[in-house]
Amino acid sequence: MNSIRFLYAAYIATWTIHALYLGSLVRRYGRLRQQMKDLGKGK
Amino acid sequence: MKSFWSITLGTLAKDIRLEWRSKDALNAMLFFSLLVVVIFVFSFDPLAEESRHIVGGLVWVAFLFAAVVALNQTWARELRNQVLDAYRVSPAPANALFLAKVLGNFIMVSILEALMAPLFVIFYNLRVLGPAWQLIPVALLGTWALVVNGTFFAAMSLRTRSRELMLPLLLFPVSIPAVISMVAATTNILTGEDSAHFFIVLLLTYDVVFTTACLALFETVLQAE
Amino acid sequence: MKKAFPILAVLTAVLLAYAFYEAWWVAPVDALQGQVYRIIYYHVPSAWTAFLLFFINFIASVEYLANARPSTQRAAKWIVIAIGTLGFIAPFIPQVRQQLPVGMYPSSVATTALIIAGLYFLTGKYFPGQDLDLLAVTAAEVGVVFCTIVLVTGPIWARPVWGIWWAPGDIRLTSTLVLWLIYVSYLVLRRFSDSAQTQKLAAVLAVFGALDVPLVYFSIWFFRTQHPQPVIGGGGSIDPRMLHVLLINWTAFLCFAYLVCWSRYRLEKLRREVEEAEVLESLLEPAGPVAPSSKAKGALNRGPQ
Repeated sequence: MNSIRFLYAAYIATWTIHALYLGSLVRRYGRLRQQMKDLGKGK
Repeated sequence: MKSFWSITLGTLAKDIRLEWRSKDALNAMLFFSLLVVVIFVFSFDPLAEESRHIVGGLVWVAFLFAAVVALNQTWARELRNQVLDAYRVSPAPANALFLAKVLGNFIMVSILEALMAPLFVIFYNLRVLGPAWQLIPVALLGTWALVVNGTFFAAMSLRTRSRELMLPLLLFPVSIPAVISMVAATTNILTGEDSAHFFIVLLLTYDVVFTTACLALFETVLQAE
Repeated sequence: MKKAFPILAVLTAVLLAYAFYEAWWVAPVDALQGQVYRIIYYHVPSAWTAFLLFFINFIASVEYLANARPSTQRAAKWIVIAIGTLGFIAPFIPQVRQQLPVGMYPSSVATTALIIAGLYFLTGKYFPGQDLDLLAVTAAEVGVVFCTIVLVTGPIWARPVWGIWWAPGDIRLTSTLVLWLIYVSYLVLRRFSDSAQTQKLAAVLAVFGALDVPLVYFSIWFFRTQHPQPVIGGGGSIDPRMLHVLLINWTAFLCFAYLVCWSRYRLEKLRREVEEAEVLESLLEPAGPVAPSSKAKGALNRGPQ
């Protein structure tokens, strides 16, 4: 059935969007941790 | 201390006087409005059968662009001369300043609309098939809807990067129900196919709700550093 | 508190997997749409979650603005109590009951009124002062993520079922689009604003957005009555087995949303700590910088309030 492709697309799209957002959170967190460390070293 | 309305009208008169002395901004805006109409005329074939149905939308989109150009310079003069700081410490109510600006913008945008509307009539060979008098409340209420929120968001955008971009970015989403109503009402009046009554009432509701909200919250925005 | 996070994350993952299994294999096939209808189990829970998060942002924004002065804080509390009490009693009065739209039960109106009041006081208690603003930005951002999913899965579902990607008169999807636009502009304002009062401005924008939503709904609703549009698979009751799976998926996504919000909240707290540390650094430096960065200046002003 052709329309089942849309079902796959919807589920994959959902988790892709969630993954992208969580990835951005991780990236931002890492950057902040780095900044904190730099401040701690008294740059 | 002067009364609320005397402050409002005094500020409005001052703005009009200043604007009239150097008509640069006014002339530039008039020309911009003309250009917008011309672009639309070239993009949307006036002789097409469907044009009567879409002209309502075209007119209001053109008005919206012109309004944004006018709104962007609302507070420019105040910013240049630190007038806002003076206003913050003065005992004058913030809303008097706000209303003066809104009225000034309303007059400005109305002038632009008065220029663009006949151009649309000419280029698109418009005949109004419905009750033409209803176009007046639609124009008044619709313009007020754009101008009251636009003036408010212009103030909010003052302390942002990309100020001129921020204004339409904030204004457009919130204006969507007003735009839907303006366009639908205008189209219904032009084509005579349906009643514009509900949309006029909705526009009135929109105006009441957001004028109240702007008046209630402008003080907060003005105090923002 | 932090140790609970990995455990909860694992539990949520299990719950999501179970919900997926239910959605794909256990839920019955739809007579009209076939297998494709299963998109509903991701589309609808995401919508409910997004709306809940936007509502939390609205409550937090209103409370943040109200708490600016003790007088408005007290007034707001009494207004919320009034809304809660009236909303709880009114639906059961016969004259009011008649006015309710078809299908809306008095008990659900009453419960909603109580929940609104309860949320207001709970957020005030557990998120004092600046934490309210942290909650607001967290709820807005995660809400936008879920709302994006609604707007992406909606057209993907519509195309095979209706034959078109988008129907302008589709009141639910169009209202969701406007809500998404309002909150994206909210996030842009937050990012682009240099003012020390960014939080207040953003809260004001959230209030404007909330006032806008019912107007959006009515304008599209009336537009649609004048221009008949394709009807979605709405109207009529849903198969109880499908409803069961729908609720399982919603529970799973709520748990997931909770964890994401928790992460985002902690991120925002850390970001502000770093900002204040930077300000402190620039102040304590012996041959300090000529002018503190505007960001630092903003943070300095945003300090203890």
